[in-house]
Amino acid sequence: MATLAERNGRVELTGSRIRDRRLLIGMKQSALADAAGISPSYLNLIEHNRRRIGGKLLIELARALGVEPGVLSDGADATIHDTLQAAANGLGEGRRGGPETDRIDDLAARFPGWTALIAQQRKRIGDLEAAVEALRDRLAHDPVLAEAMHEVLSSAAAIRSTADILVREADLDPAWRGRFHRNLHEEAERLSRRATALLGHFEAPDARGETLSATPVETAEALFDANDHHFPAIETGGATAIASILDQSAGMEDAASRAMAERMLTRYAEDAARLPLSALLPTARAARFDPSALLSLGGGDVALVLRRLATLPREEPAPAFGLAVCDASGALLFRRRLMAFSIPRFGPGCPLWPLYAALARPGQPDMAILRTPSGARFRAWSVAQPVSQTGFGSAPVMQATMLISPVEAGAEDGAGDRDGDRNGAAISIGPGCSLCPRAECMARR
Amino acid sequence: MAKRILLVEDEANILEAIGFILSRDGWEVLGHGKGETALAEIDRVDPDILVLDVMLPGRSGLDILRDLRERPATRALPVLLLTAKGQARDREQAMALGANAFLTKPFSNDELVATVRSLSEGSVSPSSAGDDRRSGA
Repeated sequence: MATLAERNGRVELTGSRIRDRRLLIGMKQSALADAAGISPSYLNLIEHNRRRIGGKLLIELARALGVEPGVLSDGADATIHDTLQAAANGLGEGRRGGPETDRIDDLAARFPGWTALIAQQRKRIGDLEAAVEALRDRLAHDPVLAEAMHEVLSSAAAIRSTADILVREADLDPAWRGRFHRNLHEEAERLSRRATALLGHFEAPDARGETLSATPVETAEALFDANDHHFPAIETGGATAIASILDQSAGMEDAASRAMAERMLTRYAEDAARLPLSALLPTARAARFDPSALLSLGGGDVALVLRRLATLPREEPAPAFGLAVCDASGALLFRRRLMAFSIPRFGPGCPLWPLYAALARPGQPDMAILRTPSGARFRAWSVAQPVSQTGFGSAPVMQATMLISPVEAGAEDGAGDRDGDRNGAAISIGPGCSLCPRAECMARR
Repeated sequence: MAKRILLVEDEANILEAIGFILSRDGWEVLGHGKGETALAEIDRVDPDILVLDVMLPGRSGLDILRDLRERPATRALPVLLLTAKGQARDREQAMALGANAFLTKPFSNDELVATVRSLSEGSVSPSSAGDDRRSGA
C-alpha cells in the first residue's frame, strides 16, 4: 500500500539526500569522500544521481553523515513523514505561514527527537478526537444520561414558558401571576438539583475524564443490549456458539472486552443448559411470567430463574424485564436497563434497592414495589445466593440478583395508587445518590 | 366550539404553562401526567390534537405513539412530540412511527402555538413540522 509520501509524489533520489544532508551539516564534499573512502569526483556523480549506490558504501556515507542508511535510501521514516504531512494538511491547504511540507525530510534528519515528538503529539490529538467522538455518541445513547438531560431540559422548558407568560401577558390575573411566580421559583430550584445530578454523572473516578470511554463491562453489556439479551444460537447450540457471536459483534477486538463478554455469554449458556426455554416457557406462560410462581424451576435456584426471565425471546408476551446483579461489595456486575428505571454507569445504585437488602438475607427471595422519583412504579424480585463452592471454614462468595418490571396501570397489588404508596406498600427509591433528586432521603450519601 | 387538545406531560409546571398559553389561543386544554394510562385517557378525552412528551413515567411517548398508529381510531390523530435537545435518535424513531411534528425542549411559547395551529389547519404532513425542520436539525 502506498504511503502518503508516495501518493504525494515524494520520490526523492538517494544522491540528492546525501548532498542535502552533507550541506545541512556543513561538510565539504572532499571530507565526506575521504570519510567514505571514495574520490570526490565519484561522490559528485553519486550526489547528482548519476551513479547508483547501495550496500557497504551507503552504510559508510550514512555513518559519516550521522544518519541511518534508511534515511538516505528511503528518506525520513515513512510513518513519521506521513504523520507530519497529515498534521500539516490538518491546518488547511494554502495557509500562509504554515509548515514547509517540502522540507519534512530535512526536519527529520536534523531534529529526529523533535520530529518524533510532533508525530507523537499528532497521534495523541487524533486519539483524543476519537475519544471526543465516542463521548458525543454516548451523550446520544446512554439512557441514564439521556434521562438526566431530559429532566434538565424539561425544567428549562418550564422556566422559559412560564417566564414568557409573566413578561408578555400584561393583563394576567393576579392569582395566575402569583401561581406562575411560585412555579418559576419551584422550577428554578428543581433545575438546580437536576443540573447537580447531571454533573454527578460525569464525576468519574479518573479526573482525566478517560473513565467515560467504554469499559470492558460496558462493551460486553452493549453486546447484550444489541441482541435484546437473547441469543437463539446459544439456546439451541450451547456454548459452542459463543465464539461465533463474539466474532460477529462490535468492540470485541479489545481483548479485555472480549474476555468479559465471553464470561457473560458462558454464564448465559450455563443458565440456558440448566433451565432451557422448553422447560421455562410453558410454566412461565401459564403463570403469566410471574416470577413468584416460578421459583421451583431450575432446581430451586431463584437467581437462575430471575436471570432467565431477563433473557426471554422478544416475541414472548412477557412484561419488560430489567436485571441488576451485584457482588457482596455492592459493585454492579451486570445490568439490563429498563425504561424509566435508572441504573448508574459508575458506582453503586440506590442503597434502598432490594438488591442490596437481599445481601443481608442470603437465600431468601423477596418481592417489593418500588417507586422512582418520577412516580413510575416497578416490581422487584430479588435474592442473594452463593456463587462458589466453599469448603469448611471458608465464606461463600455471594451475589445478589434483582429482576425488575414496570407495574402496569390498575394492577391490583396495593401499590397502584398513591394511598398504597403512603401506607408503605411502595419503597421510594432512586437511581443512585449521585443522580437522585430526593434531597431529604435518609439513605443519601 | 373550541377544539380539544390533550397534553401528556409529567412535568406539572410545563403542563400548566403551555396549558395556559393554548387556552389563551382558544383551545380546550386537558392534561395528563402518566405514560402508563395515557392511552386510556386519549380514548376518554378523544382530542383533536395530542401533545406528547417522549420521556414519561411508566411508558415512553414513543411506545404510546406506536400504539396510536396501530389503532384505527387514532391512526390519523395529529401528534406533536416533545423531545429533548440532542436526542436525535428519539426524533428519528418518532419520524418512523408517524409523529406529525416535533418541538425540542426548551421551546418558546410562540413556536408551540404556531406548531399547534399548523397541525390544526392540517398544513403539515406527518413528521415534517416543528423547530427541527426550521433549524435544519
